[in-house]
Parts: sequence; C-alpha cells; structure tokens
Amino acid sequence: MSAVIDDHGHADHAHGPAKGLMRWVLTTNHKDIGTLYLWFAFCMFLLGGSFAMVIRAELFQPGLQIVEPAFFNQMTTMHGLVMVFGAVMPAFVGLANWMIPLMIGAPDMALPRMNNFSFWLLPAAFLLLVSTLFTAGGGPNFGWTFYAPLSTTYAPESVTYFIFAIHLMGISSIMGAINVIATILNLRAPGMTLMKMPLFVWTWLITAFLLIAVMPVLAGCVTMMLMDIHFGTSFFSAAGGGDPVLFQHVFWFFGHPEVYIMILPAFGAVSQIIPTFSRKPLFGYTSMVYATASIAFLSFIVWAHHMFVVGIPLVGELFFMYATMLIAVPTGVKVFNWASTMWQGSMTFETPMLFAVAFVILFSIGGFSGLMLAIAPADFQYQDTYFVVAHFHYVLVPGAIFGIFASAYYWLPKWTGHMYDETLGKLHFWLSFVGMNLTFFPMHFVGLAGMPRRIPDYNLQFADFNMVSSIGGFMFGATQIFFLFIVIKTIRGGPPAPAKPWDGAEGLEWSVPSPAPYHTFTTPPEVK
Amino acid sequence: MMRHPHVWMGLLLWSIFSQANAAWTVNMAPGATEISHAVFDLHMTIFWICVVIGIIVFGAMFWSMMVHRRSTGQVAAKFHESTTVEILWTVVPLLILVAMAVPATATLIKMYDTSEPDIDIQITGYQWKWHYKYLGQDVEFFSNLATPAEQIHNKEAKGEHYLLEVDKPLVLPVGAKVRFLVTSADVIHSWWVPAFAVKRDAIPGFVNEAWTRIDKPGLYRGQCAELCGKDHGFMPIVVDVKEKGDYDKWLAERKAEAAQLKELTSKEWTLDELKERGDKIYHTTCVACHQAEGQGLPPMFPALKGSKIATGPKEAHLSLVFHGKPGTAMAAFGKQLSEVDIAAVVTYERNAWGNNKGDMVTPKEVLELKQAESK
Repeated sequence: MSAVIDDHGHADHAHGPAKGLMRWVLTTNHKDIGTLYLWFAFCMFLLGGSFAMVIRAELFQPGLQIVEPAFFNQMTTMHGLVMVFGAVMPAFVGLANWMIPLMIGAPDMALPRMNNFSFWLLPAAFLLLVSTLFTAGGGPNFGWTFYAPLSTTYAPESVTYFIFAIHLMGISSIMGAINVIATILNLRAPGMTLMKMPLFVWTWLITAFLLIAVMPVLAGCVTMMLMDIHFGTSFFSAAGGGDPVLFQHVFWFFGHPEVYIMILPAFGAVSQIIPTFSRKPLFGYTSMVYATASIAFLSFIVWAHHMFVVGIPLVGELFFMYATMLIAVPTGVKVFNWASTMWQGSMTFETPMLFAVAFVILFSIGGFSGLMLAIAPADFQYQDTYFVVAHFHYVLVPGAIFGIFASAYYWLPKWTGHMYDETLGKLHFWLSFVGMNLTFFPMHFVGLAGMPRRIPDYNLQFADFNMVSSIGGFMFGATQIFFLFIVIKTIRGGPPAPAKPWDGAEGLEWSVPSPAPYHTFTTPPEVK
Repeated sequence: MMRHPHVWMGLLLWSIFSQANAAWTVNMAPGATEISHAVFDLHMTIFWICVVIGIIVFGAMFWSMMVHRRSTGQVAAKFHESTTVEILWTVVPLLILVAMAVPATATLIKMYDTSEPDIDIQITGYQWKWHYKYLGQDVEFFSNLATPAEQIHNKEAKGEHYLLEVDKPLVLPVGAKVRFLVTSADVIHSWWVPAFAVKRDAIPGFVNEAWTRIDKPGLYRGQCAELCGKDHGFMPIVVDVKEKGDYDKWLAERKAEAAQLKELTSKEWTLDELKERGDKIYHTTCVACHQAEGQGLPPMFPALKGSKIATGPKEAHLSLVFHGKPGTAMAAFGKQLSEVDIAAVVTYERNAWGNNKGDMVTPKEVLELKQAESK
C-alpha cells in the first residue's frame, strides 16, 4: 500500500515490491493485481474443469455409474458458475490490469485501492460458493442459469450462499469495470487519442460499459430470489401473483451481454496478435471499433432468443429472431477483417498466432451454430439440447479460453522476462485443439439427434458420440495441467526476453524492458 | 489412462460394433408432420449457407496461411483498409440474412396458428412425470418412466428404448389437428417430441399453446427438455399415434375404466388389498424421492421408514399426502391420484418397512376429505 503513496510523492524514485506474503494481500500495483487475477482464474479453471471431468466420466457410458443425478446437477451448475465467473471473467480482468496501463502509457490503474479490494472479494465469493458442496442439502443444483422456481421454492438451502456469492462477484466486477473505464478515459499518454488506442484497450472499454450496465441487473435478479425465499414476496411465484418467466427476462437481460463480456476482450487480444505475426497492420481498425460497439449495442436487444420456447407472442419471437440474426453482420465484419489482415502478410506461427488463428476459425464455427440457433422455428428443435451445449462451448473454449491462452503466450515474455519453450507451447496448442474438437464437435450430432442437455443418463443411440466426447474431454483437461508446467518453467527460467520479443509487434508495452519493471511510465511517454 | 491404451481402444471398438442400437446419427430427422418437415428444411438451408460461407472464408484463410508466410519469402503488404470491401461484406451478409428470414417467418407464423383444433390435450408437467388430460372427455392419466431401475444401475442389459419408454403413452389419432395446452404443477418443464417439432415450456401458473397434425401412425418418443430437478433425465414422453377407429376404441375403453374406478371407491377394502395396490402406486409415484425401502434421501427427501408422520395419527399422514408440503418437492397428491390410490399408498406406507401400524385409510375417508375441501 505504501508503495503507491510513495510513488505519488516522488514519482521517479523506483520502489520494488514489498517483501513476503503481505505484498500480495496489500498490493495496489496493477502488475501484482493482474498476476493475482490470472493465477486465481487459472485455479478456478482447473476447479471448474475438474467438475467437467466428473460430468464427462458419468456420461462416458449410458447408465448411472459414478454419481447420483442430484450430484450430477450440482456438477453442471458449479461447472458453469465457476468457469463463467471464476475463470473467464477474472482472467480477462487480469489481462486488463497487466496490459491496459502498459498499452496506454499509464503508471497504474486509476483506482489502485479499489483494484485490490475488487480482487480480494473473489476468493471470498468462491469460498462461499464452493463450500456449499459440503453442506447437507448439497450445493446449487439448478443450472448456472438458475431458473425460478427450481432455484427458489424448490432449491436446496445453500441457495442463499449462492446468492451472496453472486453479489460479491457482481460488486467485484462492477468495481473492476469502473476502474478500467476511469483508467482508459483519464490516464492515456499525451497524444493517444481514442482512435489511436490498441484494440485490446477499445474492446475492454466497451466490455466495461457492458459490465456496469448488466451486473446490477443480475444483482437485482438474485435479490428478488432472496426476497422470494426468505421474505415472503412472490416475484417469481405464480401462486402469489408473480411470474416465473419474469425471472428469465431479467436473467437473460444480464446473460446475453454477459456472453459478449466474455468474448469482446478476446476479440481485442486477437486483434493485437494477428497483425504482429502477419507483420502487417490490422485491416479496418475503424470498422473493428464500430463493429465491437454494434455488437455491444445489439447484445441488449436479443435476450429473448434464449426463450424462444417459453411462449412469448409471435411478434416478440419475430423481433428477437431478426435482431439476433443481425449480430452476424458486425461479427462477420470482424472475421473478414482478421482474414484480410493475414492476407498477403508475412506470417509465422508461434504459439500465440496458432491460438489466435484457431480462435478465428473455431469461434466462427460457434458463430455459425449461433446463426442457426437464431432461426426461431429451427430453435424449437435445438433449444435445450446438446446442440446448444456444442454452440456455447465453441464460442467459449476456442473463443474466450483460446483468446486467453493466446494472450498469455504473447505477453508471458513481458511478464516474466523469459521466453517460453516454443516446442512445448505448440504441443499445448495441438493437444488443446484436438481435445477440444473431439469433445465438443460430436455434441452437435447428439444434440441434433435429440439428446437434451443437463441429463446424467441417456438412450443408447447417443452412447458412441458421448464416449468420444468424454475421451476428448479427458484429453483437453489433462493438457491444461501441462500448460501449468509450461508457465512455471517460463517463470523459473528460459532464454531472456528482449523488450520486444516479436519483430512485428507494435505498441507502448514493448517500449519497456522485459520483465516489465515494478513501476512503468512514471513519466508519461509521448505518442506521435 | 495412457497405461492401458488397448483397454480403452477395446472399449471404444466394443461400443461401436456390439451395441444393438449403436448409431452414429449426425443430423436432425425430418419428422412426421408438415411443420417438422418445414423446420427440417429451414435447418438444412441455414446449415448449407453456413457451409458455403465457411468454405469461402476458411478457404481464403488456409490459402493465405499456406502462401503468405515468411518461410516462403513473402514480404508483407502494407494495405490496411478499403471502404469498398468493408461495405461489400456488410451488405452481402445482410441480404443473405433477409433471404433467410422470409421462410423462417412464414414457418413461425404457421407454428403459432393454434386455431380450430380437433382435439385439446392438457399437458401438465410434474416432478418427474407427465399428466395428460383429454379435455371434455373425462379421461386423464399420468405417464411415468417405465425403464426398470436395474437397467439404470447397470444390473440388467439396457433395452432398445432405454429411458424413452413409459407406462402409459399419450394416444392421439392420425391426421387430426391436436392442440396442446401445456402447464406445470411445480417447476418449469418442457414438453418436446422431436418428430413433431413441438417443444413448449410447461410453466407453473401459465398455459402455453402448441399444435400438431401427425401424418403417420406409430410410436414417437421425446424427453423433458428443461432442467427440472433431480430426475430431469428420467421423464420421457411417448406418443402412440393410432388410426381414427383404433383411437376411438381406446378412448371408449379409458372412459369405461374411469367409471370403474369410481365404483372402486365405494367398495369395502381389506388391509391386504390396499397394501398390495399401495405397493404398486408407491413404486411408480413416491419411489423417486422416498426410495424403495422408504429410506428417503435426507435432508432433501425425508425417510418414511419410522418417520413421525408415517407412524403417527393417520389423519395427519393422509392430510400431508393429500395437500403436499408447500415450499418443498412434496406435491399435493389429492389432485394427482384417485381416492383409491391415495388410500392405498397411505395404508402401504403405514404398514411397510417395519412401520407396522396395522391401521388403514379407506377410499371413502379420502373421498370425504375431498368433498370437505371442495365445499
């Protein structure tokens, strides 16, 4: 804490970090907090992944072998919650903490103490959430979408823990988002106009506005649940004059922008990485910014496409179908721009580039199935089947997660001062790529053949592809332990990284030495 | 896993070649109604549009990745924008989407036209079974999973329709316009039969409409599609579509059965008769939560064996079964079961697993309670 006070007092006096454990507890340094976020996210990624392994082990063969249906439901619920709120979102906040100040030439985040607080809320929130697995009635078992009344009248007692955990995560996210906006709008180096900002900064600025807009809606949603459960209200109970469908409207008004919160920062990171390894400037920078803003705007008016079978009126169905189809346009623009950036470049395929190219292709496949899901009459067949599971895992695993892997390899030299082992990095990529496709591609098939999601057991006709999915899942899961090994190896040693390890890279973050010193840009750089 | 690769490969091959119904189905089936064919056509149209766009975009990317690489001596070009192509690749996808929206809209309008039905069926979702009521016909029944627990727990070989079989299917006539009025008694369920392209959420307090007109007689199978708690994976749907004559005959038989059931209520029952009937009811209706030996799954689902209720005054026991326990998964079975069945199951619970109370609840007592309630 004192580091920042000192820093303001005499800015050019370089302080190192405090010693011992208290460095991490009290730190207000954006790099330390970024590191904390990234490690926390990785731990949650492994925890959420272990839940997925339980799911895939149970689904390996038809019949009940390993867990009972009641516990299976807790696993699907916790897998979703931990991956969304514990792994993907904190990983992007970690990247934002580390990279935004370095990319815009700022000495730190604008609100460093709040930054510390918003991180330390997360371990508390997840301790609260995960502890419910050990309570007598079991943890949350109503799916990560927690539809009422299954999550209210019919919920286990642990639902109250769940509600408070969601509140803590929400407070953390809102504070993180305020910090990002304050930093980007106030602390840019002289000469860096908005339209000169790197795209990662742009996509995070837009993401932060989405977070501020929808996290309070989620908070309202769980608060209404709390009132229904403990204070006798009937927001979501038809018996008391309430409306269970209202829950879904409120939830998805949060939930749809949420999926863009999990993908826009990855769009930004990939827009940094592809130009670097194509050695060619990003194609259509301006249109990329406008496309991101359009996607963010559209994300607010498409929520009911998650509810095509709840019985909304025909005009409602048509409106949400058209609006959803429209999202394909700005998303297409982004994909075309990335492809055009690669076109006539001078490409090399280091690990960050491999993950980035796989991101573009596999995310597009998730986009295609998304377009299919937008067609309301066809959605009557897809809704709540494994086709949906395949779709959102294609946008989240090779989308968000590959975007995070690409970023990690791209900036690891800057963070650690060492080059990672390229052979091991490529191996990690190929194992992840094969494992991921083996897991999720067959889910399209079983979904179309009629297998509903969130079931612990299934008819024999789905057996073969489920076994393939499980084998792929185990492979993908094991591969991520290997990633941990690569990162630790890079931290402990490896060839020293120059300030700019990638010859095609552009941007202020490459103007500081590797590893980035504890304090950077105490005097703002001049952007031409 | 890696130590015994042959075992895993063996398992995989076994699963491919030895299972009776092993099928690598990769696509939706066109189904058995005009609407389901229209939906299938939409699905294939949008699929092929995606495939063509994918081939063009990914083809260009792969070409570029093969040719435009530093190792082949490529020097990077400098271009980084072109308003013309930006407009082009905004407008062309927009036109494709408009072309796609037209048939989708037409099909959706047809799916929403529930007017002038020949038959109305009220479908009610319960945890974890379906209830069908033929409106205006005095015929109604529950439809429960028929797959034995031994198959689920891998003690017996699994049948062809494992988890997709029920004790009493919904019976419909071929060629008639059937309107479904879908609702729920507890949490949200979703009634889905893929062959009809009908999927409608069953929501407590709301009645949703859907319709179908089935072209061919036969058995059609589906499942609950919305997570509804512990046994969400175990509440299948089977629809038996019959020729008009067979359907009428079936309906007449069901009506006669209903009349017969009313007579049973006034019959004098012995303890053993009630216990025997109650045994069957318990093992279809109560067993999912309270378990085969009455041990329950505490704390969510309490044990009945030795419980205060099941060994206490019979009026309180009957009242709990009849009214349910609001705020828990215990439903009000007064609305779900006949007088005979409630009397039988309460009597059974009081005299099974060592709960040797020796007393019984008669159908007449249940009827009296029902009449007192409806006043």
